[in-house]
Amino acid sequence: MRIAKLGLIVLVLLSFSVSFANAQGTGEGLTIGFSQIGSESAWRTSFTEAVLAEAKERGINLLFSDAQQSQENQIAAIRAWLAQGDVDAIILAPVIATGWDDVLKEAADAGVPVVIVDRNVDSDPSLFVTRVSSDFVHEGRLAAAWLVQATSGDCKIVELYGTVGSAAAEDRHKGFMEVIALFSKMQVIHSETGNFVRTEGKAVMQSILSSEDPANICAVFAHNDDMAIGAVEAIKEAGLTPGKDILIVSVDAIPDVFDAMDAGTINATVELSPFMGGPAFDAVAAHLNGEKLPAWIPVAGKLYTSRAAYDADH
Amino acid sequence: MELESKDAYSGQDAGQKSRNGGFRITRPKGGDSRALWTLVALLVILLSGRLISPNFFEIRMVNDRLVGSLINILDSSAPYVLLAVGMTLVIAVKGIDLSVGAVMAICAAAAVVLIRNYENGATAFYFQPGFVILITIVIGAVCGLFNGVLVAFLDLQPIIATLILMVAGRGVAQLITGGQSPTFTNDAFAFIGRGVVFGIPFPILIAVAVLIAAIILVRRTALGLLIESVGVNDRASYYAGIQARMIKLSVYMLSGMCAAIAGMIVAGEVKSADPHKAGLFFELDAILAVVIGGTALTGGRFYLAMSALGVLIIQSLLVGLYVSSLHPTTNLVVKAFVVLAVLLIQSPEFRRFITKPFRRTS
Repeated sequence: MRIAKLGLIVLVLLSFSVSFANAQGTGEGLTIGFSQIGSESAWRTSFTEAVLAEAKERGINLLFSDAQQSQENQIAAIRAWLAQGDVDAIILAPVIATGWDDVLKEAADAGVPVVIVDRNVDSDPSLFVTRVSSDFVHEGRLAAAWLVQATSGDCKIVELYGTVGSAAAEDRHKGFMEVIALFSKMQVIHSETGNFVRTEGKAVMQSILSSEDPANICAVFAHNDDMAIGAVEAIKEAGLTPGKDILIVSVDAIPDVFDAMDAGTINATVELSPFMGGPAFDAVAAHLNGEKLPAWIPVAGKLYTSRAAYDADH
Repeated sequence: MELESKDAYSGQDAGQKSRNGGFRITRPKGGDSRALWTLVALLVILLSGRLISPNFFEIRMVNDRLVGSLINILDSSAPYVLLAVGMTLVIAVKGIDLSVGAVMAICAAAAVVLIRNYENGATAFYFQPGFVILITIVIGAVCGLFNGVLVAFLDLQPIIATLILMVAGRGVAQLITGGQSPTFTNDAFAFIGRGVVFGIPFPILIAVAVLIAAIILVRRTALGLLIESVGVNDRASYYAGIQARMIKLSVYMLSGMCAAIAGMIVAGEVKSADPHKAGLFFELDAILAVVIGGTALTGGRFYLAMSALGVLIIQSLLVGLYVSSLHPTTNLVVKAFVVLAVLLIQSPEFRRFITKPFRRTS
């Protein structure tokens, strides 16, 4: 009897603390597990840092686990959190799309909501709250829109494709093509893959510049900044002025690209926002408040044409 | 064990027949015909490039630098030629080096981190660009030493032994750079990857120099013969008084040093080192080039210049694809088919099969 009473008091206190946390709408006081893929790129590291900083600012107790590219590690981390029973929610950046059904069901059974960030999972949407990720199609559209404006809708374009088959490359291509299709004089004359790598971006651009009359090329659209920086080198070697003779627009907004903008060699970049922690925490808080959330919360980066504009936003 | 020694025996037998049967130590006729057909394959690929793009063979001078598709092919071949030189020798001793791509990443990362120290005002002599190059080559040699010890002295299977560094190497590179892709501005160091001498990109000159030096080293001394001997049968070589283990160790070290230079070229080209992607999958194209060049993965006879020709075939194909308007999704399939075609055209059996209907029966 006494135990039951005690249990009731604890329950009341617990629900009190949860409702207090949610009243803020920021997730303050929550304990959230965050399973990150790894630290394979500079972008991934800044993504992790942004989430950690956001959690600290909001007063969220974040349990961070770096999976080092292994799905097994991610599943093990989630199971450990569930077993301990001390997490209010889990944020998962999945390393691959498949194989999440079992562990997501376990989380659902334990009553722990899961928010997917960045890459997608192919599990049933009822198994997780929502997905927060970049809108690659939007990035492609934004880049195209800038280029259309800069050239008044008349431009022959070289497209430096990312890794074929990756969502980032395919969707940026799709968004870009959607917009330039509206203008009859916008035309992609070469589209070749540089695998998101600097050296390959340079090699592809070198080859295209040797086979095509450079006067025919008005702009380069690179699926990431690294390939754009490689292309700048190739354009310089061919005796042209990058950013002037050939306009360059890319995606990511890595620090190096702003050095290039200072030098006038790259014209514009669309930010691949690493700030997904905020929307993910918001989603967790809203879900715990009983709000209904859309299946996908896109995080859209802005387009920047100068370091000053970027700094003003960050 | 029995099977292995039998294999080795028959290999040795074949080697001796061709060498002593004709009473001369020259290359057999078969090799020449293979070289001819490989050259034909390269020409066909280049001519296809010419069909796709009318100015494929055009070479212009821009800002004192030669520019053109052919120059691009040579330029992008340079790091692969270096890897192929090391890989050919390793394969000749019946080994394989899967770690060269990762070693490139380690060396590129180390070199760029050192050069950044120099740029930030570090005055110690070992931060000078010249010393950085030296240190980086030593790092490559140490990586090769690691592989070589595992293979030659601990008798691990080469494919497993070098797989260790292939996987761990990228981790090492990431540790060196702290997971980032550091950039540098020092032009003296970048010269390795983007310098120009008499209009010719410097990487081409490095690759040619290393190739010629390697050929002289193995063909003008007994080293080449010793390497082939160890590759055919290391135990017999040992009993014949050859230090088989030391030979193996040194070719792995040489391969590591070649990878170090390749890594610096790649880093210099874009003035940065990407620990995740620098040299990624380079080992596979290097092995492919060696195989196209006619060096058998079972060890023994090897052909350095032919491996370089193999690299040129792969790179011409790639540059041809770049200038074509084919959608990038088709690249890998086209590459696979062309490589298959090259290997088939080299095969005497296949040529006989194809020409059979046209031959006169007697």
